Amino acid sequence: MQTRRGKIWLNIDWICIAIYLLLVFAGWVNIYAAVYDESHTSIFDTSMRYGKQLIWIAAAFIIGFFVFLIDSKFYSAFSYVIFAFFMLMLIAVLLFGTEINNSRSWFQIGDFRLQPSEFAKMATSLALAQFASRTHFSLNNFKDVLGIILIIGLPIGLIILQNDAGSALIYSSLIFVLYREGLNNTLFVLFFAAIALFVFALVSNQLVIMTVLVLAAILYFIFKSRKRWYGYWGLLVFSVFAAVAIMVQYFGVWPYPVKYLILSTVAVSIGVSLLIALIKKIDKAASVLVILLAASLYVYSVDFVYSNLLEKHQQERIGELLGFNSDPLGAGYNVNQSKISIGSGGLMGKGFLQGTQTKYNFVPEQDTDFIFCTVGEEWGFAGSVIVLMLFAFLIIRIIWLAERQRSAYSRIYGYSVASFLFIHVAINIGMTIGLAPVIGIPLPFFSYGGSSLWAFTMLLMIFLRIDANRMEVFR
Amino acid sequence: MNQLSSRSIYITVIILLIFLAILVKLFIIQVLDPSYKISSENNSQRRIWEYPSRGLIYDRNGELLVCNEIAYDLMVIPRQVRSFDTLQLVNELGINIEDARQKLTAAAAYSVFRPSVFFKQMSKLQYAYFQEHMYRYPGFYVQSRSLRKYEKSFASNVLGDIGEIDMPTLERDTFYYIGDYVGKSGVEKYFETSLRGEKGVKIYMVDVHNRIQGSYQQGKYDIPAQAGKDLVLTIDAGLQEYGELLMKNKIGSIVAIQPSTGEILAMVSSPGFDPNLLVGRQRGYNYDSLVHAPNKPLFNRAVGASYPPGSIFKMVQAIIGLDQGIITEQTSFPCDKSIVNCHNHPPNTDLKRAIQYSCNPYFYMVTRKLIQRGFEKSIFRDSRIGLAIWKEKVLNLGFECAFDIGLPSVVKGKIPGPDFYDRIYGKYRWAYSTIYSLSIGQGEVLVVPLQMANFAAIIANRGFYYYPHIMKSIGGAPLDTMYTIPIRTPFKPEVFIPVVEGMDAVVNEDYGTGGLARIPNIRVCGKTGTAQNPHGEDHSIFMAFAPKENPQIAIAVYIENAGFGGVWAAPIASLMIEKYINDTVMNVFSEQRILNTDIYHFADTAR
Repeated sequence: MQTRRGKIWLNIDWICIAIYLLLVFAGWVNIYAAVYDESHTSIFDTSMRYGKQLIWIAAAFIIGFFVFLIDSKFYSAFSYVIFAFFMLMLIAVLLFGTEINNSRSWFQIGDFRLQPSEFAKMATSLALAQFASRTHFSLNNFKDVLGIILIIGLPIGLIILQNDAGSALIYSSLIFVLYREGLNNTLFVLFFAAIALFVFALVSNQLVIMTVLVLAAILYFIFKSRKRWYGYWGLLVFSVFAAVAIMVQYFGVWPYPVKYLILSTVAVSIGVSLLIALIKKIDKAASVLVILLAASLYVYSVDFVYSNLLEKHQQERIGELLGFNSDPLGAGYNVNQSKISIGSGGLMGKGFLQGTQTKYNFVPEQDTDFIFCTVGEEWGFAGSVIVLMLFAFLIIRIIWLAERQRSAYSRIYGYSVASFLFIHVAINIGMTIGLAPVIGIPLPFFSYGGSSLWAFTMLLMIFLRIDANRMEVFR
Repeated sequence: MNQLSSRSIYITVIILLIFLAILVKLFIIQVLDPSYKISSENNSQRRIWEYPSRGLIYDRNGELLVCNEIAYDLMVIPRQVRSFDTLQLVNELGINIEDARQKLTAAAAYSVFRPSVFFKQMSKLQYAYFQEHMYRYPGFYVQSRSLRKYEKSFASNVLGDIGEIDMPTLERDTFYYIGDYVGKSGVEKYFETSLRGEKGVKIYMVDVHNRIQGSYQQGKYDIPAQAGKDLVLTIDAGLQEYGELLMKNKIGSIVAIQPSTGEILAMVSSPGFDPNLLVGRQRGYNYDSLVHAPNKPLFNRAVGASYPPGSIFKMVQAIIGLDQGIITEQTSFPCDKSIVNCHNHPPNTDLKRAIQYSCNPYFYMVTRKLIQRGFEKSIFRDSRIGLAIWKEKVLNLGFECAFDIGLPSVVKGKIPGPDFYDRIYGKYRWAYSTIYSLSIGQGEVLVVPLQMANFAAIIANRGFYYYPHIMKSIGGAPLDTMYTIPIRTPFKPEVFIPVVEGMDAVVNEDYGTGGLARIPNIRVCGKTGTAQNPHGEDHSIFMAFAPKENPQIAIAVYIENAGFGGVWAAPIASLMIEKYINDTVMNVFSEQRILNTDIYHFADTAR
């Protein structure tokens, strides 16, 4: 026991710990700046949020320390138990939770609030790792796929029931884990294509998208065929129509004859390609056509999803992001103010406690979800780059550490940690600068709040604990 | 599994690409795009304008005419309003509660964050109350404003007024904000840009609720307000006041000019009004009643009215006739009254006598010779050429010119030329016989009282004048040379000698038409005029300068519907001259006669 324990402290990846500490410290400093007001200048004042955050940080360190004390086998042995426990918590919060900002995702005990959905990420990662590291696990096996869907789908469903779609969306990042564990290439590409098409379908005219899709399919088909001149012909037609489509998109007009020209050409092209397909390679053409058909249905369903399934505030946020809905004093207020605050930071920033937008509270939620505004305004582009680099380095370091694991369990868990961290950072920072829709998720280690800090600390420390034991575990 | 580990590369690349996208976007908004910095300043900086005090206005002797008075507006910022004792507020201000509610609603409709005027120009008593009890009314504050105070209750036509800026001006000129005061008429309007001064600014930091958090960079970028430039007018307050007194109950105007400088000594327009009427809470009501008052007291007749000049225009014919060699001072025409009528007077033996008696047939003949000069056989063609030359010469005497004297809305009058008559009668369809009323200043010719006074100054100077003006200095700076360099007419000084002799005779010799203008120790030269008009009694006109040698004052008096020029206008001009030169009026009889005459109401009943 004693020798092993000594080894653990040596085997811990101190680089990750160092980055973790840096991020937590930077977060605290920025919370101080965001909440700062001249009547409460003591940074240790626990009546202010920066004072409280200091308590959360201390607690997080203790939690982290205990995580290291527990044997790494505990996590794999109790993965399902932990998962079940937090799923029960998610159900309990639905029954006994307090509703804040329209979502029922908090337990409130006195002044203290706990958000189980933050911890559910860790639980899901553990369960996923446990399940996908079974000996004959394969994503081509229907039962295994079903199991995966269950493990990921359960927290998503429960969190959606809490009316916190943003936190549920986070689980989509597990696509990276699945991809790493053998997800079909095409499905992985389709996942991103579907996101791109969703955006494209919302911003663009359906006729234009259909035209582009059909032409892309023809182009793909023709390039795949042996005869090069088809390719050149196709490229020409494609670029002409793409140009027309762009024109239509930007000028909002269908030049009268062009509309019918395009429609008839599309019809003729489909006919011709069908003909070629019949003569030459039936199966290939068929698969292209199936994808085409599916894509068309998808594009038409996007409108339905957008206007019927999404809630009004979600529609507005997506609309703001994509620019077909502009209301800088209403739905777009947060992003507009946050962009002003970050944009006014300039190259080097205005300096600690010198941010006027920060100090005078122009950005709502600035100590929690919009904490990056403080970084952007007071520390400028330089500070933003450093923070972004720290996150990027941490995530890639985790991926690298995951790859060196000898067990599938620890690798899968590592990838889950990296994925969750990545999507939090990308969406959180993305939303403050208008690159992602506004989803109320915190910036890991930075944002004010105990639940998020503790959950991410546990998420990361469990991985580092497992990693420290990597030499002993073979699976 | 091993072939799958290459997928870690793809995953890493995707993650890095997305981070790169974030980095690029950050670079764009933080480093490349400056608009966010501007938005940030707009967000967090509030500029509070400091109003400069408006320039003061003095008369030529340094007597203060217009100064400033502080007024207090009760302002409201709807967002900051909390529940308060509405009844108390309403009682203090003396308004009813419905009005108060309406005002609050209107203010909130304009903006909940920006101040709106809740109550304009509180009394000092109300201000004192609010100074003490402001804490009871969160969201309200008192804004001081500078209003005009008129030390003298005259010269309103010259001084003009200030009022709240209107929307078109507001949109045109970025200097102003809603609720600012701006010159509306008179020198207040003309010299607006000098009088208003430069606004100062204090930059404060505000938070998201528009609450002031302190000054920006310790006031490094604050700019203090610069007071407006003081304006010294050429008006002589004593003379102006006396002129307005004399013009009481008479409609018309007096313009007096100092011939040696072109400075306007007095400019009376009657009926006038007390300038203090257009200040204060009653401004709107008073303005309205002045607009609708009979005889348009807001209309500055001295520069804005065009009148037939009547007989004083005979001087124009005399000057041009002499200049063109049509007549000499010995020229004599019989007073035959065949075409134009005349009054009974001794025979015109020469030009001087013709002026002295104001003989209509004489000047009919002079003008006839000026218009039909025999250049062409056809009298129609000949008249056209003659009239063109005549008009050119008349314009040299400052007629049909909207003098830029330092007041807005100066009109130019009308000197008809060939084109004008072509339009009426057709080309070559008119001759002197058609237009002869010009000869005695009737018909289509229209002049402005200011031009008459200026004409008197030209004769007084024997052929030159200074561009007439009403400002002596602006902020102590010398005037533009346009006002200080004499303007020479093309007429030789000799031409004026018989004319001046004639004007001397008008006043100072028996049978002269202007005998009532005579002053024992001042040699007044003048010319009467009596202009017929289709609306009623003749207009009474007199133009004069004095003394004959080294003239100090040139004056034109125009009284509407008063009758013969020598009877009303001449004594008024004479009293003005006496007042200006001697500073006291000895001719008490004439003074009392004028003061006690109510021509306005007399003419009213006569009509």
